Amino acid sequence: MVELGTRVVTKREAGPVQITMTINGVEVKASEDMNILEAAREAGIDVPTLCYHKDLTPYGACRLCTVEITKGKRTRLVASCVYPAEEGLIVQTETETITRIRKTILEMMLARAPGVPVLRELGSRYGADSRRFDADHTFCILCGLCVRYCDEIKNAHAIGFVGRGEDLEVSFIPEIAAKECPDCGWECMSVCPTGVIPSNYALAAVPHFSYPKSLIR
Amino acid sequence: MPKMNSIGELNAYRGQLRNSAFPEKTCIAICCDTGCEACGSNYLVEAFNREIERNGLGGAVEVRQTGCLGYCERGIVVVMLPDDICYLSVKPSDVPDIVSETIMGGRLVDRLLYQDEDGNRIARQDEIPFYKRQMRLVFGSNKHMNPRSIDDYIALGGYSALAKALGEMTPELVLAEVKEANLRGRGGGGFPAGVKWETTRNAPGEIKYVIVNADEGDPGAYMDRSLLEGNPHSVLEGLIIGAYAIGAHRGYVYVRQEYPAALESIQVALKHAREYGLLGQNILGSGFDFDVVIHRGAGSFVSGESSALMTAIEGKVGRPRPKYIRTSVSGLWDRPTNLNNVETWATVPLVINRGAGWFKTIGTEGSKGTKIFSLVGKVKNTGLVEVPMGTTLREVIFDIGGGVPGGKAFKGVQTGGPSGGVLPVSLLDLPVDFDALSEAGSMMGSGGMIVMDETNCAVNTARYFLEFLVGESCGKCTPCREGVAQMLAILNRICEGDGLPGDIERLQDISAVVKEASLCALGQSAPNPVLSTIRYFRGEYEAHIYEKQCPAGACKSLIEYYIDPEKCKACMICLRNCPAGAISGGKGQVHTIDQTKCTKCNTCLDVCPSRFGAVTKRSKTAVLV
Repeated sequence: MVELGTRVVTKREAGPVQITMTINGVEVKASEDMNILEAAREAGIDVPTLCYHKDLTPYGACRLCTVEITKGKRTRLVASCVYPAEEGLIVQTETETITRIRKTILEMMLARAPGVPVLRELGSRYGADSRRFDADHTFCILCGLCVRYCDEIKNAHAIGFVGRGEDLEVSFIPEIAAKECPDCGWECMSVCPTGVIPSNYALAAVPHFSYPKSLIR
Repeated sequence: MPKMNSIGELNAYRGQLRNSAFPEKTCIAICCDTGCEACGSNYLVEAFNREIERNGLGGAVEVRQTGCLGYCERGIVVVMLPDDICYLSVKPSDVPDIVSETIMGGRLVDRLLYQDEDGNRIARQDEIPFYKRQMRLVFGSNKHMNPRSIDDYIALGGYSALAKALGEMTPELVLAEVKEANLRGRGGGGFPAGVKWETTRNAPGEIKYVIVNADEGDPGAYMDRSLLEGNPHSVLEGLIIGAYAIGAHRGYVYVRQEYPAALESIQVALKHAREYGLLGQNILGSGFDFDVVIHRGAGSFVSGESSALMTAIEGKVGRPRPKYIRTSVSGLWDRPTNLNNVETWATVPLVINRGAGWFKTIGTEGSKGTKIFSLVGKVKNTGLVEVPMGTTLREVIFDIGGGVPGGKAFKGVQTGGPSGGVLPVSLLDLPVDFDALSEAGSMMGSGGMIVMDETNCAVNTARYFLEFLVGESCGKCTPCREGVAQMLAILNRICEGDGLPGDIERLQDISAVVKEASLCALGQSAPNPVLSTIRYFRGEYEAHIYEKQCPAGACKSLIEYYIDPEKCKACMICLRNCPAGAISGGKGQVHTIDQTKCTKCNTCLDVCPSRFGAVTKRSKTAVLV
């Protein structure tokens, strides 16, 4: 805590504490309320990610932003969008291991959503083979951006996750979506990396909720 | 019984209970845990009550419904106290003999006793090999109490550790004792409980929580369920002690949806503890307040992961969240939260009562105390086994478990559930502790041990666990959701005879990414069943991929059933029993199997009289050769 005259204020009120960390061998200034990804971007270092958005709660799901950190003697891999920036942290954002991880994750995503520009672009950067895994096209990579956007920015809660594991999917909740979405004007489409939202909405708008999915796919 | 306001009152009450239990009555302890209940233990209880009434023994004999007595293979287990005579596989029709012979005549009922391979009968429970080699510290008092009776627990010395902690020790001292004992978490990770407690205690914030993780979900594991069902107060006592040490005033017990009996058991325990003043305001006059809420899970394996469990208690979907800030600092509702597994909490009263010095004399360098294992699969003595850490796999599986039944060869043992691995014959002398199992590519997990024999296929076992995980992954992070599903697809094709050269390497490559990049422990350990089977049973993978053969004869796509026309006596037995109608032939006409109809259910092989031995299971590719 910092003493200011007679008033006692907490750290946050006094502004976040400035820290120094090393990213790819370069000393970087950051503040304590940032995560590694934000600190890196602030320093002009590009770390790929598909589930991070500066205005939304970090989610840590796509794992593309995985980086290597060293703290004391211990080196390990963490998702940079959810790991807090720390004084003295040593970060590597591009190593052989990281490239292998990103390549494989992109290959998995390309099996779901082929032809998506951002995936193709990242895929070619990390040498991903789009045909490595058997395709199962859902065109959704389950990054959760639309769900969080709808919850946190629009406060409408019209989109949610349904199911779990390999059956996890994003779905509009028909009753809420019918009311909220036309007013909002589908702003969530602007955050969707694959552009699957219109068809997803159409799916929910089908009057019979039990409409067999296989016919639409 | 009125509320107890001081430690003195608790001790006086204990004395009173012990006096009233003297002279010791004959007691018939009947296992009424879920397994034995399924065998009809409630009918057995009824039969005993009736028979005792009929013989006018009402006041002299106690019929006690207890929690799990461990020897599940031979349920219903009945122990006659105080002589410790153990009767196995008891049925209601055996009751008149037990009452007339043992209780009234003082003689043994030989046919219900344990009999070893040489025909020697053993009467005392603690002399039966299954029990003799165990060290039942946490689990052993089950036969002495009805889990629904707090009085039974108190009479046995229950809540004396709590009294000691509250009366003689500061929270710091309790913490120091648990830390000194090096009690490691029994739920899977093996993280030192004392260190975790200390982190929670020292974390900033007035409000702190303690949680019992009873979301036991590993296939084949049931020790936590049996502890909650059989000795709920030991878990509760440990929890209260932990809360005192940590400075928490609210606790949660997260019980999985599939455990209704455990839920009821802990509900009753909480109710009694509140009535006795062992929960609530000013516990035993110490000034310490603490109470517990039960949260019932909704049926999800991943909710056993600590951050997912806390999210579920918060009323959200049980999905893990990043734990770079530990849950002991920011857990339930972002407050410092200490979560331990059922067995860990149940061990705490022992540590406090008998001291860290004593506790450390049991076990290995890095793993202290005892561990309960659920010994299942292809083993003679299925059941719950409690042994000191460091006991070898051989002792557990062969000396206690009695080895593999049916004269088959031991192949391996799967430990640690879906996050663990399969260990082969060559590792039978491995001492079982947290570190040794991890080094061998498996893990302790919550203590599941699934024994495999020569008819179990290593590839198919790995496939089974991955299939489980694909359905139980929360689906949040890409490596776990997509990676494990891609691995399963490869394993499926290998088991179906469509494996491709390079599939082993493909599995290893995907495994590495899933392990390194997944969000939570479920994903990080999901490849273990595959990696450990590749490590120890690589030849089997190669046989599937290159020769299209399943050496264990377990993968249905790679085998076929065949009736040897030379040996077939045309007896019609297999023909009549085949559920698929795949066998043709007739009286006096040699039978044949239509492979296109056969579902590989093994029935024909089972029913063909052994003196004929006409049906054989053979590798499909053998026909082509």
